[in-house]
Amino acid sequence: MSNSTHHPAPMSPVEQRVAALEALLTERGLVPEGFIGQITRRYESEIGPMNGARVVARAWLDPRYKQRLLADGTAAIAELGFGGPEGDHMVAVENTPIVHNVIVCTLCSCYPWPVLGLPPAWYKDPPYRARMVREPRALLAEMGCPLPEEVEIRVWDSSAEVRYLVLPQRPPAAEGMTEAELTALVTRDSMIGVARL
Amino acid sequence: MAKRDHRNARERRFWADVYSMPITRVAVQIGAFGAAVRRGKVWLVDGIHDLGGMQGLGAVDHSPAEPVFHHRWEAVARALLAVVAGAVEASGGEFRHSIERMEPGHYLTSGYYEHWLTAAATLAVEHALVTGAELEARAGGRFPLSGPVLAPPVAESGPDVGTPRFGVGDRVRVREWHPPGHTRCPRYVRGKAGTVVRLDGIYSVPDIEAHSAARRHEPTYAVRFDAAELWGDGQRSVWVHVDLWDSYLEPA
Repeated sequence: MSNSTHHPAPMSPVEQRVAALEALLTERGLVPEGFIGQITRRYESEIGPMNGARVVARAWLDPRYKQRLLADGTAAIAELGFGGPEGDHMVAVENTPIVHNVIVCTLCSCYPWPVLGLPPAWYKDPPYRARMVREPRALLAEMGCPLPEEVEIRVWDSSAEVRYLVLPQRPPAAEGMTEAELTALVTRDSMIGVARL
Repeated sequence: MAKRDHRNARERRFWADVYSMPITRVAVQIGAFGAAVRRGKVWLVDGIHDLGGMQGLGAVDHSPAEPVFHHRWEAVARALLAVVAGAVEASGGEFRHSIERMEPGHYLTSGYYEHWLTAAATLAVEHALVTGAELEARAGGRFPLSGPVLAPPVAESGPDVGTPRFGVGDRVRVREWHPPGHTRCPRYVRGKAGTVVRLDGIYSVPDIEAHSAARRHEPTYAVRFDAAELWGDGQRSVWVHVDLWDSYLEPA
């Protein structure tokens, strides 16, 4: 025993609790074979902000698509093949030179999974949820997104069934870019509304 | 019209019974709460999860790029919640409430996936899939679960509301209430007046579905509030929008 160097790191208390629940549920036949791996793969590689970036790039290039996106977010997003849980009732909100939109969920962590994937930790942590509805201008500046005083801020607290996607402004330098190039420009933060491009 | 009035009266009585009960009576009626009081441990009725506007929480630990899961156990916890919620057929309201009932200190000092783990374990115990003792034996230590449900079961869900009472541009006021159970009406807008800016679909009322197998469906609205009015601090050109169910609102 003492000369073995292959012991895995000891489990933290929370890992022990997860392992305990996993073992008990598995023994009762409730965890389908491969289910955990399937969930992990789905959210690590199939669903994420790259989906939302495609929606934004398409809206920048195609004014009629943008119109449809702003009129019925769910349907326009479904045109690109995205939809499902936490994306069944989508509303896209458009940034302009004088309006800035930002999304939050003060009660839990509602977030548009099909287009942005699972939310980052900071979005779910208490400081963001507490402060974005109270002092958005100060918090946005603190997070690296200072806005001129004349820019109106619209905060959207996702407290019911709608999930929001911010349509950021197309950066001036993006003129003439292809859809793929534009997609690469769009960040998760810009679609939450804590950054401008 | 008469029918509508009758419905409203019945609904008023229903909500009055469920939600306007003085906390002392709730404490007497709900044994778990009484026991918690005796143990010196009182769960909040206005839950710790309702964070909008809370001060003193510090800076946002923001990173523009972070992995979907920081540790494998987070992915497992996420999957296990899906397993349990599916097995017990938990509604969205029941699932959210199982997190909201976490002990406040635990809630604030643990991350999202620990919340999900706690919710999964709590629902699994409450629906008799596993026992708390089994969990602690396997984990080799304490396995904190969420506190008990304090709201009485909803005896009567009330009739569905098929027609929106308000239209875009209408002024509305959010009801000032403090239900002991689940609600999706954030505390920071209660009693405040705002303007309807969008009508959304008709959805199951979370306050009902969290505490009953019955469902009531109502229209939902996006309501715009002036941040300066919410916080009385004179900030300018800031609008906070909250999505609210019909029964959370009254004409302003």
